[in-house]
Amino acid sequence: MEKYLYIALFAPLASSLFAALFGMSPKKMFVGVIASILLGISFLASVVLALYVNQTGEGIHVTMMEWIGAGDLLVPFGFLVDQVSVTMMVVVTLVSTVVHIYSIGYMDHDKSFNRFFSYLSAFVFSMLVLVMSDNFAGLFIGWEGVGVCSWLLIGFWYHKPDVSVEENPSISPSWAANEAFIVNRIADLGMLVGIFILFWNTGSLQYDVVFAQIPHLSEAVLVAAATALFIGAMGKSAQFPLHTWLTDAMEGPTPVSALIHAATMVTAGVFLVIRANPIFMVTPDVSYFIAALGTFVAFFAASMALVNRDLKRIIAYSTLSQLGYMFAAAGLGAYWIALFHLAAHAFFKALLFLGAGNVMHAMHDELDIFKMGGLKKSMRWTYIYMGVASLALAGIPPLAGFFSKDAIIETAFNEGRLILWAILVLTAGMTAFYSFRQVFLTFEGDRRYEEFGIHPHEMYKFVLIAMAPLAILAVIAGFFQSAFHSFITQLLPNYEMSAHTHHLVWILGAIVLAFAVGGIALAWIKYSKGLKRSEKVENGFLYKLLKNQYYIPKFYADFISKPYAMISELLWKSVDMKIVDATVDGIARLLYNGGDSARKMQTGNLSNNLNWMGVGLVSLLLVATITALIG
Amino acid sequence: MIGLSHYLILSGLLFAIGLVGILRRKNLLMLFFATEVMLNAANVAFAATSHYYGDLTGQMFAFFIIAIAASEVAIGLGLLIVLYKKTGTLDLDNLATMKG
Repeated sequence: MEKYLYIALFAPLASSLFAALFGMSPKKMFVGVIASILLGISFLASVVLALYVNQTGEGIHVTMMEWIGAGDLLVPFGFLVDQVSVTMMVVVTLVSTVVHIYSIGYMDHDKSFNRFFSYLSAFVFSMLVLVMSDNFAGLFIGWEGVGVCSWLLIGFWYHKPDVSVEENPSISPSWAANEAFIVNRIADLGMLVGIFILFWNTGSLQYDVVFAQIPHLSEAVLVAAATALFIGAMGKSAQFPLHTWLTDAMEGPTPVSALIHAATMVTAGVFLVIRANPIFMVTPDVSYFIAALGTFVAFFAASMALVNRDLKRIIAYSTLSQLGYMFAAAGLGAYWIALFHLAAHAFFKALLFLGAGNVMHAMHDELDIFKMGGLKKSMRWTYIYMGVASLALAGIPPLAGFFSKDAIIETAFNEGRLILWAILVLTAGMTAFYSFRQVFLTFEGDRRYEEFGIHPHEMYKFVLIAMAPLAILAVIAGFFQSAFHSFITQLLPNYEMSAHTHHLVWILGAIVLAFAVGGIALAWIKYSKGLKRSEKVENGFLYKLLKNQYYIPKFYADFISKPYAMISELLWKSVDMKIVDATVDGIARLLYNGGDSARKMQTGNLSNNLNWMGVGLVSLLLVATITALIG
Repeated sequence: MIGLSHYLILSGLLFAIGLVGILRRKNLLMLFFATEVMLNAANVAFAATSHYYGDLTGQMFAFFIIAIAASEVAIGLGLLIVLYKKTGTLDLDNLATMKG
């Protein structure tokens, strides 16, 4: 079985290196095809591993080689395939295979076609290292690896110039890439501190060793470690207040948004909480904070999605919101439900993004849904895909989102956290509304794009076929809930609803469903006939507040970035230039001036030279005499 | 009685005269004479100390110096004549071709 583990892990690396060979050359179709095939192989290997783990009920643990050995620190390159990591592997490799195939069509006209595949496969490799590592150091390497790939891919079109914030909230791809990278560095510091705390107190970074030591650790240490680790998770999963980078990350090509910023990388934070669940289980306060923050973010992100006009940003907000749901479940102790929602969400959210990519492709990179409408005629399949994905996202039975999201909301009820429950239910309604607002504005109603002279056309057929597995999974993934439950709880702590909740499950489900259907109905009434804009609403305080993302980006810019830039400039001009540089320059100038004055000696006049020789002779004699006298 | 110290003082004086000549004179020929004076100052010191210690090595060395001085003068004067033919002067202030 080790063979399959290595195939699954290294096929994406091979793909990346292969594509990198052609990184600087013009588009070569076979690069995309071979990358997709290698990713497909990785997916198949992951499926084989999943079946094996399911059959035997135990994980595969291999140690490839010793990596760091320094003093007490011993970190091997070890990989662990157990129920949790194999779930992530299957999800990651499946979505990435689809996205790779999709990209062949989507990046068709891009001159950096080969480079794109190199980055994309490198991302998958890093993600697999992240999920498969058997220690915190390996997790961190993968964590940073996906961060770098995310940076490379958000800034893929780095040549685009900066524009004003009014024109484009994310300014430019390179700006957005840097923002994502820097925000993640802040969070990674937290994560590193968490890892240090664990190492300091347990003397190891291996998961099993660390978790076995938990009963001997003091509560303060555990709370500190859990908090620090969660700060890391907050950055990667874009939780408030580190959430701004995710919507700006939509500057990247759409397949990147689908793979990295919806299905896989952003769920790494949730994965970390699930992976480190023994730590979070014994720190109920931190866990409750996670649940509360997750719920808040779910609502907070959904509210911003209500008024946004950008196709991709709406989906990005919904990703943020769904990540909030996952954290809510994980924080409430329902780790398996969080992982289940993670997997289901990956399928329908990737599908939604790829659908949005089709629309962008058809609309010549126009993203404003107010300029679309009536696309259902020309893009029937995309409409179906996005409709299915949105239904799944809204939580309409029997699609995947219904089962997973409903379970989370039930958990909140079951734990007696009625405020969280109410917010999550309300958010479910908002989710349904904004997803279908977007779908209807894009595909139904009048053809507003005509006045811009756009002639939309459907995506290539092979791309549509490649998207089918995601669509199918978005529909059927929910049926595997009980199978997944028995599979994953071999490793993760079981979480069952109490008898009381079980009793009310139909009513609870009906309430959520009523909100979801209500949201869709509202969107249908408002938007299916066409776009009617109301000056009064759009100038209202609430609309403006939401449209400006609660003024948080502006707040960050004015109170963090600008003061920071001012301090930097001050230090640059006063400390760096006047002290550090001045010292170095001073030494150079001293030598230079010394040489310049000594140069006058070189008159070329023999008589002068002989005089200098005399001076030298006398001084040497003097020195010799003085030393002789002293000595 | 004339002792070793008198010879050495004479030698020192001669050497000082030669040194001052080297440092102060501007004519290359005069510089040559000054070096000859200094060489002979050394010869006097060698001969005197040799006699004082009853060791012939010093006097032998003086002969060597005389021989070397002779050959040096032969070559040096030849060079000076060539230089004079080329530049028309032996004044060091006019010969500063190596000014940096």
